[in-house]
Amino acid sequence: MQPLLEVKNLCVEFAMRSQVLRALRDVSFTIGKGERLGLVGESGAGKTLTGFSILNLISKPGYISGGSILFEGRDLAELTIEQIRDIRGNRISMIFQDPMMTLNPVLTIRTQMVETIKAHQKISDKEAEKIALDKLQRVYIPSPEKRLDQYPHELSGGMRQRIVIAISLLTNPGLIIADEPTTALDVTIQAEIMDLLLELCRDEDMGLLLITHDLAVVSEVTQKIAVMYAGRIVEMGPTRDVVDHPEHPYTRGLIAALPQSCDQGQRLLQIPGIMPSLANLPSGCSFHPRCELCQDICKREVPVLETKASGRHVACFMVK
Amino acid sequence: MVAFIIRRVLQGMMVMVVIALIGFAIKQSFGDPVREITGISVSAEEREALREELGLNDPFMVQFGRFLYNAAHGDLGQSFFYKKPAMEVILSKAPATLELVFCSAILIVLLSVPLGIYCAIRPKQLFAKFVMGASTVGVSIPVFLTAIMLIYIFSIELHWLPSFGRGETVNIGGWQTGLLTWDGIKHLIMPTVALSSIMLPLFIRLIRSEMMEVLQNEYIKYAWAKGLPPLRVWIVHAFRNTLLPVITVGGVQLGITIAFTILTETVFSWQGMGSMFIQAVERADSSLMVAYLVVVGFIFVVVNTVVDIIYGLVNPTVRITGRK
Repeated sequence: MQPLLEVKNLCVEFAMRSQVLRALRDVSFTIGKGERLGLVGESGAGKTLTGFSILNLISKPGYISGGSILFEGRDLAELTIEQIRDIRGNRISMIFQDPMMTLNPVLTIRTQMVETIKAHQKISDKEAEKIALDKLQRVYIPSPEKRLDQYPHELSGGMRQRIVIAISLLTNPGLIIADEPTTALDVTIQAEIMDLLLELCRDEDMGLLLITHDLAVVSEVTQKIAVMYAGRIVEMGPTRDVVDHPEHPYTRGLIAALPQSCDQGQRLLQIPGIMPSLANLPSGCSFHPRCELCQDICKREVPVLETKASGRHVACFMVK
Repeated sequence: MVAFIIRRVLQGMMVMVVIALIGFAIKQSFGDPVREITGISVSAEEREALREELGLNDPFMVQFGRFLYNAAHGDLGQSFFYKKPAMEVILSKAPATLELVFCSAILIVLLSVPLGIYCAIRPKQLFAKFVMGASTVGVSIPVFLTAIMLIYIFSIELHWLPSFGRGETVNIGGWQTGLLTWDGIKHLIMPTVALSSIMLPLFIRLIRSEMMEVLQNEYIKYAWAKGLPPLRVWIVHAFRNTLLPVITVGGVQLGITIAFTILTETVFSWQGMGSMFIQAVERADSSLMVAYLVVVGFIFVVVNTVVDIIYGLVNPTVRITGRK
């Protein structure tokens, strides 16, 4: 069966003054209908960029330089701006990181919801408002009629993120891309928002691309996980398996660095070194300077993502 | 909202009292009104009596209080030169200046908004670069030079437009307007352009830079991600946020435009408040000068208060504070 979203060998480059930075290289993954994929990695690994490039929302001087993004039978990388506008916020919705910054401060919630529906459907204001109210109820917002007339600054952070989620539901999309949807919120609110998102995806059979650096969140919500490092996916597989038995040395480092993997009183583990900058990537495997298993081949050649003996996709020469 | 407006109006009145104090202080230190009234042939005793009668021996604050009381009733003293109340002289000159400022404000808004938005969303286009370059030139050339160049080109060389005066005016309920006759409008064109020559480029640059900053915001990226049409993103999402700082600065600048009328009116022999003020300075007509100061100060305060209220209407955050 055709997957909902199939990203194949996606490459994104940034044309800087003196050089071309290759921010994403050969990123490939699929999300089936109603499937939830977690994209994890350190800051700067290219997670957010991957999410944005699906809807061609990369800001200049970035551009998609290769690969394809098949969604519901169309290659999003080939569409014109007008054509992709029809996908944005309609078939694929996005949820941004900071709900304080995502909603426009001078427009009411009503305006911001109604305009989204009207951008994609020929529908009267009244009908659009009915849909908006329905979705606000769907995300458990108390007294939704009152919210419609309010401005973003009159609402709390958690409430605003609920509204952003409600906006993302307005057109019953097939896929939601959530870019660190809970990072800017209180811990207690974080759990509520993630539960809500999980519930909605299950009920509506929506696909979810969850971009986060929080492994705990990913393991609760997603079925599949893809670990990114310096613009590449280094390990991909079922979430449970990857979290319990990481194979790539980088994933292993990440899991070992979680506080709960250490005994009490013990020093927290960390991966030595920092992620290289895109302008200055090491030769061969980008992770080799920080890797304890590093051999000569790792410095010379770039490992590709391949299916290993366990059935897992791993990009590492040292994993059999 | 009502509380907000009342507060702004009260603040405006405070400012007016301060302006009146400054104006009054200038008038006090400007010379002896008694000598100007009587001439030299009057004896010292008679002068002293007149001084007492006019209340000029009263303490400063008492005299100021009287000045304030009269000013609030529209009496700003007598103009020595015109032998008429200063207020009357100013009011007869005001329509010319106000029409000039009004036309210039319209021109500025009509041009700066689309040009500023265009330069912000297409900064790399040749036309945007041209507009930015031209605006730098516009800001740097003084108003009187622009005015003289306009006269040279359009009046002397091309004979298209008249070089001075208001032309034919029509009296509507005491307001001498030049807007209703073709001749009056022809006379208005060059002064309006000259008066706008500094503010227009400033506004284009202001709108452009504010808009570019707004376009960097997350909510703009989110608006694109919602699949909104480009015009909606630019006008409804970006420009509305751009408006806030532009309104604030714009109000102050409109006041400054009134000050620039002094230059423009002088070059074009425009019989408005600006050229009247220059003549008042030349004739040491202190009452008229102070009256001008108070009236222009009043216009300034009114404009700023109105701007504050408009700002409150556009910005929901301010409105909330006002409600409390």
